[in-house]
Amino acid sequence: MEKQLEKKHTLALRWLHWVNFPLLVMMIWSGLLIYWANPVYAIRIFGYELFKFFPVWFYDTLGIPQRLAEGMQLHFFFMWLFLINGVAYVIYLMISGDWRALLPVPGSLKRAILVTLHDMHIVKKLPPQGKYNDAQRIAYTSVIVMGAGSVITGLAIYKPLQLAWLTTLLGGYGWARWMHFWLTVSFVLFFVVHVVQVILAGWSNFRSIITGHEIVDAETHQPENRPAAQAEAKA
Amino acid sequence: MSDNNDEILIEKVRGFEDVKPDKSSNTALLLNEQRDLTEPMTEAEARKRMGSRSRRGFLVGGAATLVGVFGWRWMGDDTKQALLRRTFQFNEKLSQIFYSPARLAPEFPPEQITAARVNGFEGMADEIDPAWRLAIGGLAGRVDDLILTLDDIKRLPRTEMITELKCIEGWSTNVHWAGVRFSDFASVYLPQTVNGTQPDVKGRPQDLLPYVSITTPDEKYYVGWDMPSILHPQTLLAYEMNGAPLTPEHGAPLRIASATKYGIKLIKRIGRIEFTAERPRDFWAESGYDWYSGH
Repeated sequence: MEKQLEKKHTLALRWLHWVNFPLLVMMIWSGLLIYWANPVYAIRIFGYELFKFFPVWFYDTLGIPQRLAEGMQLHFFFMWLFLINGVAYVIYLMISGDWRALLPVPGSLKRAILVTLHDMHIVKKLPPQGKYNDAQRIAYTSVIVMGAGSVITGLAIYKPLQLAWLTTLLGGYGWARWMHFWLTVSFVLFFVVHVVQVILAGWSNFRSIITGHEIVDAETHQPENRPAAQAEAKA
Repeated sequence: MSDNNDEILIEKVRGFEDVKPDKSSNTALLLNEQRDLTEPMTEAEARKRMGSRSRRGFLVGGAATLVGVFGWRWMGDDTKQALLRRTFQFNEKLSQIFYSPARLAPEFPPEQITAARVNGFEGMADEIDPAWRLAIGGLAGRVDDLILTLDDIKRLPRTEMITELKCIEGWSTNVHWAGVRFSDFASVYLPQTVNGTQPDVKGRPQDLLPYVSITTPDEKYYVGWDMPSILHPQTLLAYEMNGAPLTPEHGAPLRIASATKYGIKLIKRIGRIEFTAERPRDFWAESGYDWYSGH
């Protein structure tokens, strides 16, 4: 069967993607060192504490206690790199036109639900898609919004006097910290789902974020990053 | 294709004219997304080309990872500390460029005062000296310290504020403070200027000595302040808290109360205040915390 090489990710996009990974790790790690000093959040249902952020064994295993100063040093260093990389990514999307593949469009939510049901092996139907399916469009756009949210809530905690208007807008210092925390939890959840999906999508898809290219069938022109869909199409 | 074909909605998309999916349901066509494809080739040729791209991609990626990880790990502790300290100083400079004493922290109504929390006992191990006095150094027109009583302080204009005290640990409480604005205090007990001119605290604060050092009577707790933050209208020399004179654990007889910095800078039981040209030492900055710690 004839094959084609498809360029999936540009060099700039690949660097922006991979540089972001250690930066986000350092932001979350230093954030944990800071959070330990006042670990007040938990998942509670009707006053019953389901899960405390975080149990003692968690801190002890990772060696987190008593490192607040170090956490703040790292956080207020890496925040610049994280911000610069994030802004560069958004500018890149705008200039390159890659936003076309990324932004949700009318009907994305409905189709994203279909994609999710498909991934859970509940429905066979898979909606048409471009480079990314609609679940990916929503997820990848959300993560940009989350990044912006982390910067904004972070600024509100960092400079609550000079940026008092912002802190007040977010409901005050305590709420800004609360949002900053839950945005971080969302990043971790995104990361977990992202990695699981990448593993499920297979080697060819993963390789494309490193090399930029993917081998696709010339005959069907179907993106090879959806092996499940392909198997069905051939059935 | 089998008979369950109608269940499969996946389409050939992005720029392929031979297939025209319903535009309203095709995200790729909606935004005019394009594909970037080579000419068709044999599978062997595709694998060969992909192989060389793979080698290059993984080599560069692997090298970058090694440089990043080991670069950070091998960076000496001194180098790393210097880098992080310089970043604190850079952040401080940037904060000061955008600093305005006109911007105020929110003040709260009395019903929003929250339970007081005690944190930090450094410099307060001894009993309070019944003969406590405040010493002030670096005053204009004198070389020795001026000694004041609490009554001298209380004679100055009284200011009250209900502001949020933010601990560097991450928690905060709303506290009702009463005392004298540091700027009012400094307008009476004038700091020296850098150029020897007559001090004008309200008019030309930039001419004043740039720093203030504040220590407990036993000198075991000490903080450094920058002049703009301590002259902020929401920085007080406080002697009352939540409607009563300061208790010993909250810093009797006199402490700093401010919305401009973390609690570590709001030194309790002040023994001496000195206006200085040098950046003063700071108890928590010596343990790696941000010297400025400004909001």
